[in-house]
Amino acid sequence: MSEAREAILGSIRTALKRGPLSQPERQQLESQIATPPHHTRPHFGDDLARRFAAKLESRAATVVAVSRMADASGAVVDYLDRLGLPKAVAAAPALENLEWPQGLAVRFGRAETSDQVSVTPCFAGVAETGSLVLLSGPSSPTTLNFVPENHVVIVRAARIVRHFEDAWDLLRKEAGGIPRTVNVISGPSRTADVEQTIQLGAHGPRRLHVVVVNG
Amino acid sequence: MQVLSPQFKPRATLALKDASLQAALGKARGGFVDKRAAAAAELPEFEQLREEAKAIKEHTLDHLDFYLERFEERVKAQGGQVHWARNAEDAQRIVLEICRKANAKTVTKGKSMVSEEVGINEVLEQEGIEVIETDLGEYIIQLAKEPPSHIIAPAVHKTKAQVSELFHAHHSKLGLTKVLTEVADLVNEARQVLRGKFFRADVGITGGNFLVAETGSSIIVTNEGNGDLTQTLARVHIVTSGIERVVPTLDDATTFLRLLARSATGQETETYTTVSSGPRRPGDPDGPEEYHVVLVDNGRSKMLAGRFREMLRCIRCGACMNHCPVYGAIGGHAYGWVYPGPMGSVLTPLFVGLDAAYDLPNACTLNGRCQSVCPVKIPLPDLLRELRHMQHEAKLSPWYQRAALAAWGFVASRPRLYHALTGLAVRALGWLGRGRGRFGYLPLASAWTKGRDLPAPQGKTFQEAWRERRGKSS
Ligand code: SF4
Repeated sequence: MSEAREAILGSIRTALKRGPLSQPERQQLESQIATPPHHTRPHFGDDLARRFAAKLESRAATVVAVSRMADASGAVVDYLDRLGLPKAVAAAPALENLEWPQGLAVRFGRAETSDQVSVTPCFAGVAETGSLVLLSGPSSPTTLNFVPENHVVIVRAARIVRHFEDAWDLLRKEAGGIPRTVNVISGPSRTADVEQTIQLGAHGPRRLHVVVVNG
Repeated sequence: MQVLSPQFKPRATLALKDASLQAALGKARGGFVDKRAAAAAELPEFEQLREEAKAIKEHTLDHLDFYLERFEERVKAQGGQVHWARNAEDAQRIVLEICRKANAKTVTKGKSMVSEEVGINEVLEQEGIEVIETDLGEYIIQLAKEPPSHIIAPAVHKTKAQVSELFHAHHSKLGLTKVLTEVADLVNEARQVLRGKFFRADVGITGGNFLVAETGSSIIVTNEGNGDLTQTLARVHIVTSGIERVVPTLDDATTFLRLLARSATGQETETYTTVSSGPRRPGDPDGPEEYHVVLVDNGRSKMLAGRFREMLRCIRCGACMNHCPVYGAIGGHAYGWVYPGPMGSVLTPLFVGLDAAYDLPNACTLNGRCQSVCPVKIPLPDLLRELRHMQHEAKLSPWYQRAALAAWGFVASRPRLYHALTGLAVRALGWLGRGRGRFGYLPLASAWTKGRDLPAPQGKTFQEAWRERRGKSS
């Protein structure tokens, strides 16, 4: 379709009354991309973890805090107990090194339709809106975020950043280029398509449980 | 999609008489407005963000060729493919070819207004491919064989009872025996039926709220997660997007995301924001094997040149229709094409012709609420006025209107004649209406007097009265 491509780019340039941009002009735009301009960001106080949890809860997610990573899997078991769910989870391979308690069946890999609960790590939390940033990759399948009815996310408190821009900065620095999928998740799935009545669990998880690890 | 805009007036009249529609619209009306107002009030930076968003779009449009090429280059580097569609036919052909190559039998779709605009579903269905809309609202209207009536709440015109009937009629062959009356049960029913489709789909088609030149990514936002299941579980992911959707960086996209959810539904953020950059990578246990982006022009590059360029800033939030008294009274279907409300009244004449969409720019009270809530500050009333002007220039307005305006122009540019004639008319009307002080019927003004009385003038023209007052006070 290179013919259509040339036609569209040509039509854009005709509309803009100019030819293709010169090399220096392109260079200039490239450098703006490399150092994005600083846009206005919402102001709020310094207790990021508190805001993060409060915002998530305002959208019907549940949040618990534990003091060490070793306690995170215990929090998962508590969650299953509270909801009366079977002691079985599908977990991201990234969590293979976590100490998992006896009596909990953990399968590592992508989600299957029969999975009721998934457990995944999280790249960053965003305090601005109470959102989780999850990256796809060999050790963090995307299906875990959407297929099971219950999604448990483990996030380190130290990874809670202020604004989305801070999460993108971490991504640029640490992730070595953008992964195939970045999922920003801010609560359980919902719909208001029938008479504007909010109903949870439209297509994705009905429940989102966040375990914040302070240590 | 068939253009029914020429039948705007009869369709609007029917809409006003449709009791279910009026009930559904009545429920929706205040909700969107109040929620948006609260969300905007909670963010002191909201106005500043609107200004910045407008500036980002203007900058991007000034360099649109550069950012599109930059986007394409990044997508290709990440193993994806970019296709350019000049018009609806190009877009249909491209999507159909991808589906044929993938040997697709089932295609799932996340909500995409561009795909409605270029008519993807019809073409795929003609090919014998099963097409399933997965956004709950879209799914409901697909069952009803209707087009969307709102760009973010496509089934806003349906009552719960109507949804219940539709599910009963269409799902009984799938084993549904009960008539569901609760919203929770209706949502669950759709969830179960659509689950199977997500897993069976060969191709998943989504829109693109934003395209990011920095990273070669497409961004979608949903509350349901349907877009994610669509694009993660199918073997092939196709993104259909207008060329104006590109922004330079992730940071720029973030400014728009802050405005989009608040303007659309009054939420601080939608539940899911998903940034997709190409197909499955080595070692990935899931995700699509192919990733295609179809960049649709369909008249947009022409719009860039002229008086309607500002319309290209539109992020399809729907706030303008939520705040439009005309939309609120008649709903989206009367507009007769894909885009309803104020933004649709601008876009439809530009896409389908000034003539076919003649009534749309005229079905506006110029109250200006749409412009005051538009997150990217599009001067919608000015653009509508401009369209009226163009229709008049193109002699599309009715002859009597043009004759009346010409006569008015002749008189108004001759002050002495004007004063003589208006003085005469005012006195004559005053005398005629001296009994009741108003008219229940007046020749040439029946469009007014059909619905309400016209007050009779009090004997003098405004200018005469003004002159007298000034004479007294000085
Ligand atoms: S014109 Fe403005 S208010 Fe209307 S949909 Fe577009 S961005 Fe939203």
